[in-house]
Amino acid sequence: MADAYVYDAVRTPRGRGKKDGSLHEVPAVRLGAKVLEAVRDRNGLDTAKVDDIIFGCVDPVGEAGSVIPRSAAFEARYDNAAPGMQISRFCASGLDAINFGAAKIAGGSDEIVIAGGVESMSRVGMGMSGGAWFMDPSVGLPAYFMPQGVSADLIATKYGFSRDDVDAYAVESQKRAKKAWDKGYFKKSVIPIKDQNGLTILDHDEHMRPTTDMQSLASLNPSFVMPGEMGGFDAVAVQRYPEIEGVNHVHHAGNSSGIVDGAAAVLLGSRKAGKTLDMKPRAKIRAFTNIGSEPAIMLTGPVDVTEKLLKKANMKLSDINLFELNEAFASVVLRYMQAFDIDHDKLNVNGGAIAMGHPLGATGAMIFGTVLDELERRDLNTALVTLCIGAGMGTATIIERV
Amino acid sequence: MADYKNFTVETDADGIALVTWNMPDRSMNVFTEEVMDELEKIVDKVAGDEAIKGAVITSGKETFSGGADLTMLQKMLGLFETEKKKDHDKAIRLLFDGAGRMSWLWRKLETSGKPWVSAINGTCMGGAFELSLACHGRVAADSDKVKMALPEVKVGIFPGAGGTQRVPRLANTQEALQMLTTGQSLSPKKAKSMGLIHEVVPPKKLVEAAKKMIKDGLKPVQPWDEKGFKLPGGPVYSAAGANLWPPAIAILRRETYGNYPAATAILKCVYEGLLVPFDTALTIEQRYFTEIMQTTEAKMMIRSLFVSLQELNKGARRPVDVPARKLKKVGVLGAGFMGAGIAFVTAKAGIPVVLIDRDQEAADKGKAHSAKLMDALIKKGRASEADKEKLLSLITATPDYQELDGAGLVIEAVFEDSAIKKEATEKAEAVLKSSAIFASNTSTIPITSLAKNTKRPKNFIGIHFFSPVDKMMLVEIIMGKRTGDKALAVAMDYVRAIRKTPIVVNDTRGFYVNRCVLRYMQEAFSMLIEGVPAPMIENGAKMAGMPVGPLALTDETAIDLAQKIMKQTIRDLGEKAVDPRHMELIDTMVDKHGRHGRKNGKGFYDYPEKPAKKHLWPGLKELYRQKRAEAVDIEEVKQRLLVTIALEAARVMEEGIVTDPREADVGSILAFGFAPYTGGALSYIDGMGAARFVALAKRLQKKYGKGFKPPKLLVEMAESGETFYQRFAPESAGEVRKKAA
Repeated sequence: MADAYVYDAVRTPRGRGKKDGSLHEVPAVRLGAKVLEAVRDRNGLDTAKVDDIIFGCVDPVGEAGSVIPRSAAFEARYDNAAPGMQISRFCASGLDAINFGAAKIAGGSDEIVIAGGVESMSRVGMGMSGGAWFMDPSVGLPAYFMPQGVSADLIATKYGFSRDDVDAYAVESQKRAKKAWDKGYFKKSVIPIKDQNGLTILDHDEHMRPTTDMQSLASLNPSFVMPGEMGGFDAVAVQRYPEIEGVNHVHHAGNSSGIVDGAAAVLLGSRKAGKTLDMKPRAKIRAFTNIGSEPAIMLTGPVDVTEKLLKKANMKLSDINLFELNEAFASVVLRYMQAFDIDHDKLNVNGGAIAMGHPLGATGAMIFGTVLDELERRDLNTALVTLCIGAGMGTATIIERV
Repeated sequence: MADYKNFTVETDADGIALVTWNMPDRSMNVFTEEVMDELEKIVDKVAGDEAIKGAVITSGKETFSGGADLTMLQKMLGLFETEKKKDHDKAIRLLFDGAGRMSWLWRKLETSGKPWVSAINGTCMGGAFELSLACHGRVAADSDKVKMALPEVKVGIFPGAGGTQRVPRLANTQEALQMLTTGQSLSPKKAKSMGLIHEVVPPKKLVEAAKKMIKDGLKPVQPWDEKGFKLPGGPVYSAAGANLWPPAIAILRRETYGNYPAATAILKCVYEGLLVPFDTALTIEQRYFTEIMQTTEAKMMIRSLFVSLQELNKGARRPVDVPARKLKKVGVLGAGFMGAGIAFVTAKAGIPVVLIDRDQEAADKGKAHSAKLMDALIKKGRASEADKEKLLSLITATPDYQELDGAGLVIEAVFEDSAIKKEATEKAEAVLKSSAIFASNTSTIPITSLAKNTKRPKNFIGIHFFSPVDKMMLVEIIMGKRTGDKALAVAMDYVRAIRKTPIVVNDTRGFYVNRCVLRYMQEAFSMLIEGVPAPMIENGAKMAGMPVGPLALTDETAIDLAQKIMKQTIRDLGEKAVDPRHMELIDTMVDKHGRHGRKNGKGFYDYPEKPAKKHLWPGLKELYRQKRAEAVDIEEVKQRLLVTIALEAARVMEEGIVTDPREADVGSILAFGFAPYTGGALSYIDGMGAARFVALAKRLQKKYGKGFKPPKLLVEMAESGETFYQRFAPESAGEVRKKAA
């Protein structure tokens, strides 16, 4: 089997996912087109040679519907020969798009794949694609469906993270993101979004609140008390985890991932493709895998998938130089570090979604690029990227510099 | 037209047919095969007769209808079981067709082209309310007697004649789900505000108003059959729907713990049904109804919660040859919490009560309890000041035993002390006629030994109430060795008069209920000692279907009381009668930590000031080495708690303490809420089959000790394949069980 290599990674800045967010004026498809343009232009890519464009998109409805990467390719004026497909594995869609592309290359069907994701949460909205998972009693009951925030609170309750613990993590995430931006660590990948006249619409992650401290977070009320109590979801948590007496609600907007707009794309190819196109590979996809786990607690999948992946890749935790775990909620990351006894110095070293935001379908590809940049900056070799996923799934990928 | 046995049809000058349902041989209209056949003919007649413009359906009785005859459904299910053994597929098909009979008849009425109006003159339940919902117009009489409900879920089934489809097409989805999944009763006002009925009119104008709807040009087309129909709650897949359905599913789980398939099926019917056209929706409902009728839960709940409960309430176990006697006066000795409660329920039934305590002040305090309870009812709008005055006037509070003169029944509820009881008994007997019945409300002293205090042991009996008396629906009637039939008859007539359910129990320590409850608590003590985390015990109990966890229950009844009882048991029966580990646990709680239970705010739970909620005492974790949650099988926790009770119920049957399985089942549900979906402690065994139950008990015995050893009776039943209801077949003589839901 051929190895899949990473030749480039780009992302948009993340705009606040509200009507007053800077990217709210930009259609979802255009966010996708912008990253496709960047991949082409930065690499002098002949787009007729692109075997596939795979984009993750969690709510592919309305303007994001109808295979958004194909539409984005039209707007980006790609050659008609470059097809596209849209996938969803909820929050890991962007990483799964990369894994899917890598598999196509490894399997020999494709030589060049652009993989990434796009989500305009301000324009399309979260949960707009509906779904039996939470609506249909025949599914919701056996799935022990709970909103993710309640699941995150359940993790905190079950694994003993206090409000102070999760808030302290959030403060640190903000600090790290600020420092990384200040020092220009994201420069390599972030492409400013400009209008048709060349005027900049957004060139930085605008969700960040670098002044956040424990005191400012303490003033926020927990967000999931209402759904937990009135909506009945605390009872679902207790029935699934009867060892707890109730749910300790600790998460709020300040220690959960931000709602933002954004897109990302990664250029993947075989060794041969690199030679043909005269591109130098930056890294190799060493291994990837997925898991499904208990869906009520939902967000502990990164632990399970990491265990499975290390075993599959015949590697040890100590072989990984940097970990990048999406900061969906603070407790998700705290549980991961607790389970593996990982030092925070090796994980999310430049902050994460609590500070910069989580544009669902795009995030996997974004943090993939972030950790690749950081490996290069620190001159380290190996990184593991993983995300927690709705309905209890997990995706993880190990990359190795070449 | 005398064409029908159960209906009269009179067409007036305006061409409006008044269809009056009035079954000749019943006190209440119910759906039978014959009723359905006749209704179908009437629907056809109205549809086909040019001279008839439309029809009004009402009842000739005080009530509209109780709905389907559940005993008929029970028979149908019995037949299905037999048929299924012969030809599985055919039997299911027949059941499916049977399940749809009523639904499609109502659909036929609704699409017949002629307007129908239901004139709801009284209680209108189940299938009858579904019939009304199929009518194009619905008018209800403005009266307290009019209650409308789809209560099927309470007996393990659900409204299968369009109820799950028409309600959410008339009312908003949330209210519809609430009504359907709880079986709640609606007043005419409430039903109108929900959009389920059109008009509420004075009872005398009911038929007139119904006819007027037709005269005014009522369209014989339901809203959902009109083009462009919109659901009142909005589409399922909409912002409103996304706010409603996920919590609705969670709340169903919270309320049912997933133990009630019928409630789940209602949610599924509504969800799936609202996504498709009406006829398809009815088919979906029919499929689920067919499924639910085959569940063990439906079978057991119909039997215990409907059929058996009614039979017991009607005095199934009453000796038939003793004539009924109305009680003119009841004496209550002891005006403490229990005595005061007994006085209240007695006076509430309209029976004069003499409430006696050692001095006037104590007696008055007992009477004040009734005033307090009435005040609470008045506050809720369920009683008036006049009701309160009347009730209080029936209670004579006094220290004077002479006032007992003329009482037909005296209930002793004094302190649980043999000497005090002896004195009370003798003082009362000195005044009472020799024919009067003397009952003790003791919970701890055997009736036979208390009977030594009387000169008339034949007239001495136990009437054991549960606390709080006004809420608890069960009463154990305890037969002493020499208690006679007349005493039993009087006790049963009394319990019936106060509208509680009696079960007859032969004398033994703890009688029936407390023996079971004790096992429940003891199993929890064992688990605590093993290191099972306390939340898993309490949550496990609720997940198994119990209303209150065993530790919370121990707190309610008081831990120091448990300590007293355990010590008394050791004194009476020897050291071996109490598990020394349990004694140690309780001694530690009471003596070392001062935790007496709810009453001192410190028990297995802490009870902080309201509005804070009670929570398990964190110190419990320090008492025993805690197991990891992952090392505890919650399913096994659930099984242990139910099995330990069921085994005790089986022992009680084996010993002949309770002789009728209906009483053991209904008693277990009413007294301590034994997982109602099982149909009760014995039906739990019958439901899984004695063989499987014995295997389960033996497995638990291996792991958790001899408390789980199945008694010989069960081992025999496991071998023979018998059920309790076969082996101890209840006599069904003398009762009418024709009622409905």
